[in-house]
Amino acid sequence: MKKTSIYIFIFLFYFNNSFAEKVSIDPNNIFKNLRCLICQGQSVADSNSEFAQTIKIVVNDKIQDGSSEKEIYDFLIDKYGEWIVYKPSLNKENLILWMLPYVIFIVGGIMIIMMLKNRRY
Amino acid sequence: MQKKIIKFTIFILIIFLMGVFFIGLSKDTFYSTKDLVGKKITGIELITFNDEKIFTEIDIKKNKFILINFWASWCGPCKIEHPILLKLQEEKNLRLLGVNFKDKKENALLFLKNLGNPYNNLFYDKIGKSAVNFGIYGIPESVLLNKDLIVIKKFIGPLSNSDFEYIKGVIKR
Repeated sequence: MKKTSIYIFIFLFYFNNSFAEKVSIDPNNIFKNLRCLICQGQSVADSNSEFAQTIKIVVNDKIQDGSSEKEIYDFLIDKYGEWIVYKPSLNKENLILWMLPYVIFIVGGIMIIMMLKNRRY
Repeated sequence: MQKKIIKFTIFILIIFLMGVFFIGLSKDTFYSTKDLVGKKITGIELITFNDEKIFTEIDIKKNKFILINFWASWCGPCKIEHPILLKLQEEKNLRLLGVNFKDKKENALLFLKNLGNPYNNLFYDKIGKSAVNFGIYGIPESVLLNKDLIVIKKFIGPLSNSDFEYIKGVIKR
């Protein structure tokens, strides 16, 4: 009896957690990161255009179907290209842009160390 | 020596940043469909206009070339491109699919009655969800596919005479 209760508890705990994970995707966060392609500088979240409304429906449906945030972005990028997302993923075309701050940080650090060493002598 | 290295590094960084800004500013900031060309369209589910049956990629694949046209009766430019679609209807290698987009069915039928029906198959996209699968963001838009459902070209806006010549050239190849 005790064992059965434990199994039921584990099952319910796991089920609740996995369900919570699925519904915890906030569609507004996704809308904010999607560009309204027919608007001037507006995200899908800010826009009330036909296009934005359709994208909102599609995103909500995908969340209901159990798609992850990444899967939703991948789907929309596949259909509209990288341009639809404000925060593009790391790829060979934007590699320099992603790496630049780190390169500047390292080069700057080396330069500061060299200057400090130079002052000591 | 060190001062020279620092000066040289700063110079290189300035040149690099100028290059980044130059490329960034000269880049086209409008939505472009060039990334879609050569891609395969998957997960097609179109709802037929009359009996609301689901039409999938298996049904579409039966033809050598497919032109999917998204239109609505409330769309002015759709009327402009309509004669082109009627001309394309005569092409044997091409199957014309029309997707009525966010429209009232009675208005759509009246539109086709007045201007002619160029479509081999007619579909209905009440809330625009099917259009997303084809990367549509406004109408009229048309997508030319081959039998493998690979995008040959996407036409944004009304089809022109040059688009007609282009489609004719592709399907006769």
